[in-house]
Amino acid sequence: MADKPSAAELKDYAEQADAWFKENTVRDPGFMLPLTFMEVSTDEQFDFLRDWQRKVYEAGYLGASWPKEYGGGGLHSEFQRVATRAMKKYDAPIMLNAIGNGWAGPLILDLGTEEQKQKYIKPMLSAEDIWCQGFSEPENGSDLGNAQLKAVKDGDEYVLNGSKIWTSLGDRAKYMILLARTDFDAPNKYAGLSFFLNPMKIDGITTSRIKKLTGEYGFVQTFFTDARISADCLFGGEGNGWSMAMKTLEYERGAKVKPVGGFFVKELDVMEIVELAKNSVRNGKPLLDDPVMRDKMTQYMIDIQALNLNNTRRRMPQLMQDRPMGLPLMNKLARTELIRELTEFSLAFQGTKAGYYVGDENAVDDGYWHRSYLNSFSATIGGGTSEIQRNIVAEHALGLPKTR
Amino acid sequence: MDNLGTIGTTEEQIELMDVATNFCRDKSPIDKVRALIDDDLGYDPGIWREIGELGWLAIAIPEAHDGVGLSMAEVVPIAEQMGRNLMSTPFGSTTLAAQALLAGGSEAQQAAWLPKIAAGAAATLALREANGDWDMANIDATGVESGGKVTLSGKKLLVLWADSAELIIASIKIDGAVRFALIERSALGDDALRRETVIDETARSYEVNLDGVIVSADALFDAGRTRETLEKIELAAGLIHAAEMTGGAQSVIDYTLEYLKTRKQFGKIIGSYQALKHPTVNNYVEYEKARTHLYSAAHSWGEQGRGEVAVRMAAAQSHSSYSTSADRAIQFHGGFGFTHDCDAQLHRRKAILSGALIGDAAYQRSKLASLLFD
Ligand SMILES: Cc1cc2nc3c(=O)[nH]c(=O)nc-3n(C[C@H](O)[C@H](O)[C@H](O)COP(=O)(O)OP(=O)(O)OC[C@H]3O[C@@H](n4cnc5c(N)ncnc54)[C@H](O)[C@@H]3O)c2cc1C
Repeated sequence: MADKPSAAELKDYAEQADAWFKENTVRDPGFMLPLTFMEVSTDEQFDFLRDWQRKVYEAGYLGASWPKEYGGGGLHSEFQRVATRAMKKYDAPIMLNAIGNGWAGPLILDLGTEEQKQKYIKPMLSAEDIWCQGFSEPENGSDLGNAQLKAVKDGDEYVLNGSKIWTSLGDRAKYMILLARTDFDAPNKYAGLSFFLNPMKIDGITTSRIKKLTGEYGFVQTFFTDARISADCLFGGEGNGWSMAMKTLEYERGAKVKPVGGFFVKELDVMEIVELAKNSVRNGKPLLDDPVMRDKMTQYMIDIQALNLNNTRRRMPQLMQDRPMGLPLMNKLARTELIRELTEFSLAFQGTKAGYYVGDENAVDDGYWHRSYLNSFSATIGGGTSEIQRNIVAEHALGLPKTR
Repeated sequence: MDNLGTIGTTEEQIELMDVATNFCRDKSPIDKVRALIDDDLGYDPGIWREIGELGWLAIAIPEAHDGVGLSMAEVVPIAEQMGRNLMSTPFGSTTLAAQALLAGGSEAQQAAWLPKIAAGAAATLALREANGDWDMANIDATGVESGGKVTLSGKKLLVLWADSAELIIASIKIDGAVRFALIERSALGDDALRRETVIDETARSYEVNLDGVIVSADALFDAGRTRETLEKIELAAGLIHAAEMTGGAQSVIDYTLEYLKTRKQFGKIIGSYQALKHPTVNNYVEYEKARTHLYSAAHSWGEQGRGEVAVRMAAAQSHSSYSTSADRAIQFHGGFGFTHDCDAQLHRRKAILSGALIGDAAYQRSKLASLLFD
């Protein structure tokens, strides 16, 4: 990696980044922006976010610390951190290509061939190629290792049959990271799996949109019917699919990071909730005078502050003795559950208006809080449910025996 | 929101963390902790002497008074490890008395007492009364000043380690205003102290009867610094107890995990059951949050505004985390959990006493709410 920058270099960079995001960030494009990459629903949202990501990449604030030879900026990761802080400050929109930049990209950079890095990384950063993930199946979600989509080798090709579900951005993506079964006679279910960098826009692959509980769209079911892909799409060797999938999940769940920049899920700004509470009335008085609500709100402030500081603490090994993997492994669980609780709590502030939803002129903040609450489950279910996360923390951080 | 604390460390803090981890683990094995429950003094005087020699009482005392000149941030790792190993000594109360002297004592009072404390003399605070209020200004003990002397009356409760303390700093009211009086242990008759039965059997606490005790007017803190002193005591106590409780929570979680990994029922290690696994993870997550808040409180200590928010967050989070994890520890040990032999109860009791002394999680949150929202 590049040398650790001096304070002066970082300061210069921070000023540039600050100025750039101040000038270029559009917070309100005139329609509702998604809070997470799993909620991109309309063409309008998709086009806007794709342009936004390209713009940030071209300005050098995305992938700033990724290798230059594949399209990154080649800088030290501190620079990326500074740039991301500027995005947060100006409340920048999320990055669209989360599965590409967040997990497929790091995986390819870590384990891919030179050719794969040359081919995939740059268009991924610029949002030219959108990526999706084909892990879950209708019958196998949490039990990923049981995936059944069939990949049968036929000469220089694999023939795919089966279905994947809950595929975020599946109808927009050019590539999918795909977990499929190449050997049905393997000694155990994990050994028969292989991992592919699979092209989506080919014959035999179709998608159908699924309506979400919010009323929006955003994920699809993907069908594979004798779809033929080149054997070159195999990644990590036949039979190594489980290990590739686990490496991907380390990135997805935040246990490992290769900071690309920006965020895939909008950061929750607690002050917005405090404001909401301050502007709400209960029995003719400000809601924050109500001792029960005050107490709950305070506990949430304590929780949010702890999670934010955890992110700093996990970079300080001296403060991480005993169970160094504890904070990284609990990160997804703690953050997503807190967001769910908080957004639910925000409904309690709204009194009679809690009855309205997006689209009604009486809805508080255009229904933002309701939509946020309903969408918050995307993160407590997607990427491994909270229950599965608890198993992971228990088994990998606390050393408890496996449940199965 | 710019009054939230930040996180960071000092070299000394990290060094002390290592030293304290080994010292407390080696000197306070659980059989020793249990043996001391039946001991009158309640601690090992040899270990107390060693603590003095290690300079731990001198850490947050300025060099001018023979101290090390660091701050409460560096006291935190020690208190954390003491809590983790249930190591009881007058360390906490002595450190708090020194902080009170620094906040409210005159130059002469500081010069008389701080070097002694730095060298290992125990001291304590006498603040609580029968009304049970956590508001330290709500007190009834009084002092009447005349002819250069102050005659005290009233009772102070929950005075930790009073029997061992050479100095007791008591809050009283003089003409309706809260003041602090320095009382030498030797000025109290033996029947002025009654040992209290407190829920935490590893601690020693006394009721102190002030009736008829006379101190010189020179033994009062300056009237103009009462507020500052009250605030400092409250924060320092919050920080020390947060450290002890965080250490305690770590210990109780480790203790529970040990059992979950060895005990079998229905042919399986019980830790493989999600009914035990998942709440244990929840407790662990809450503990890590407490620890993060603790280091933030240590780091932000002394910063106007931020220090108080960070300390109260740490106190609230550590109290709720310690209480809940110890409560679940009792449950998860089944019938053995219900015995005096199970260490989980030692922790559950300690958490209750800590909350009683500084204000429990809900009280800390009520104070925080005003700092955050009003
Ligand atoms: C918004 C969203 C986007 C998604 N995007 C993608 C995507 O892009 N690509 C992709 O591949 N997948 C995606 N997913 C799928 C997601 O990863 C799965 O939904 C998830 O892993 C759960 O699997 P399932 O839906 O089959 O539920 P199940 O596995 O059937 O779970 C049902 C319930 O049982 C619980 N449960 C299951 N097993 C256990 C166990 N061992 N112990 C305790 N409890 C258990 C679960 O926690 C849950 O509460 C997405 C999901 C959502 C909600």
